[in-house]
Order: sequence, then structure tokens, then C-alpha cells
Amino acid sequence: MSLKFNTKRMALMAWVGAIAMSPLNANAMHIMEGFLPPTWALTWWALFIPFVIMSVRNLKQIVTDDANKKVLLALCGAFIFVLSALKLPSVTGSCSHPTGVGLAVILFGFMVVPVLGGIALLFQALLLAHGGISTLGANGMSMAVIGPMIGYFVWVAANRLNLRKDIAVFLVAFVADISTYAVTSLQLGAAFPDPEFGVMASMSKFMGIFLFTQLPIAIAEGLLTVLIYEQLTKRSLISFQERVLR
Amino acid sequence: MKKNLILMAMLCALVVVPLLMNPSAEFSGSDGQAESLITQVAPNYKPWIEPLIEPASGEIESLLFTLQGSLGAAVIFYILGFYHGRRRTDADHR
Repeated sequence: MSLKFNTKRMALMAWVGAIAMSPLNANAMHIMEGFLPPTWALTWWALFIPFVIMSVRNLKQIVTDDANKKVLLALCGAFIFVLSALKLPSVTGSCSHPTGVGLAVILFGFMVVPVLGGIALLFQALLLAHGGISTLGANGMSMAVIGPMIGYFVWVAANRLNLRKDIAVFLVAFVADISTYAVTSLQLGAAFPDPEFGVMASMSKFMGIFLFTQLPIAIAEGLLTVLIYEQLTKRSLISFQERVLR
Repeated sequence: MKKNLILMAMLCALVVVPLLMNPSAEFSGSDGQAESLITQVAPNYKPWIEPLIEPASGEIESLLFTLQGSLGAAVIFYILGFYHGRRRTDADHR
């Protein structure tokens, strides 16, 4: 037992040491203002905008169908807002924050997230100089479209497999978080190919750094989402039917 | 209830363990480090646009982050409390 712990610890320390020596100690966070070349920034915006439009329609539809859903939507938005403000320390010695999109995906599917996540991204880009307006399209695609989409597939699969609800909720939030930052690495890798080894090398470089930092944060996000999900079930805010259908 | 406590304990551990593991690490949360990664891969890249408003200092930044967190938390706990109360009233009337 103690031996196992020691090897693990040593491996970690070696890793941390390697990171400390290289200037590659990046934080897994949104892409900063101006840090995507204009072509890429525009491309991601062009991809993101249709999703925002569809998302607005989707939200309208949900609210017209059942006005009571407004409350849950507000809660999902607020959850994203809170979680993206929580910069947590990670094993790599740097900080990163969760995305909080899992809850919305579970309750409403992934098409509500482009708007709800977009609001959080916009707030941080405008007031906090965190992320940016030029990179909002790219960050929106990773955090509010692709991450939630993958999370939603996990939710569907977990329900088909009849997994316990809390485990399913955890997995959705965890996977959505990790895939968000996987996409961020892909976006950065595509925009900044390694001069010697090309796009793939650069992508895996970004990925290696981003994902390792994000791992404990994604676990924390999963646990937080389970906590709030259980509170909602307890207050019958989520009806049994919804839980089965979604 | 017990499950909640376990979940919360796990969350606390997730935050504390990294701090204990790397006592000398910076835990700097910021974009400066991601910048250096990009400057290494693409030394000639210059950001072509600057953030419109930048928080005047670290303190102001944490003020805004706290604001963001507390606004969200206010909404969440208002809703949770509201339904908690409503369920209790429903139970009383039944």
C-alpha cells in the first residue's frame, strides 16, 4: 500500500517538476482575448452563432410549453455561473475552473446550453478579461456546444445501461467538463501548429497539459452536480418522468 | 444526508490535496501561463486584440469573481428554499 503510494507520488512529483522547469505550465481555461488568429476566431464564431439561434428557439419552446420550467432554467444558468467562477487548485500546481454545464444537459438536453453558457462566457469576457470577445465563438463551441453534446450522449447511454442515477449524473458532468477542455486543446493546436511536428503534435502538447490539470476539477464538478441533482430530486423539482425520458 | 456529507468531504479533499501535494507551487490561475505556451509554439504571434476592460487589480478581479459566484448562488438557493418551503406547506395541507 505504502509502496504504491510512494511510486504514485514520485511519478507525480517528477511530472510536476518537469512542468515547473518548462514554461509550458498553462492553465486549463478559456482561450484568452486575441489569442486565436482572426481567421480561426471568425470560423468558430460562424459555427457558434447558429447554435445560439437554435438555442434561443429551444428555450422559447420550453418556456411556452411549460412556464414553470423557467425556474429550472434559471437554476441551470445560475449553476453554470457559479461553477465557472470557482477557480480550483489542481494537482499540477495551477488553477482551473469547472464549467457547470452538466446539470443543464441532464435536465434539458444540450440545446439550452449555448445560451446559458454563452451568458457566463460573455460576463467573464466583458468584465473579467477572462476569455474574450474574439475568442467567444471558440470558447462557446467548446464549453457550450461540443462538451454538452458529448455529455448528453453519455446521459443517454447511461440511461440505456440503467446505471444508477447519481453515477450517471456524475459521468455526464465529468465527461462534459473534460471534453470542453479537450476541444480547447484541439482549437489551440489547430491554430498554433508545432513548427516542427505539425498540428497533431501541437494538439497533443496542449492536451497533455490541459487535461491533466482538469482531471481533479472535472471530478469535483461531477460531485457538485450530483449534490445539486439530489437536492432537486428531494424537492420534487425533477419529476420522475423527466428523469426516465432524458 | 450521510451521502451528502461524504460527497462534500470528497470535494474538500479534492481542493486540499493539490495544495498539500505542491506546497511550493504558484497556483497562479492565469492566462499569463497559457500565453507563454503559445509564445513557445508560435514565437512570432502577437495578440491582435486586447480585452476591452481589464480588472484594475487582483483584488478587483476577485471582487468580480465573488460577485459572479454569489449572484449565481443567490438564485440557486432562493429556488431551493422556495421549493423546500412549498413542499412543506403542501404536506401540511394534505
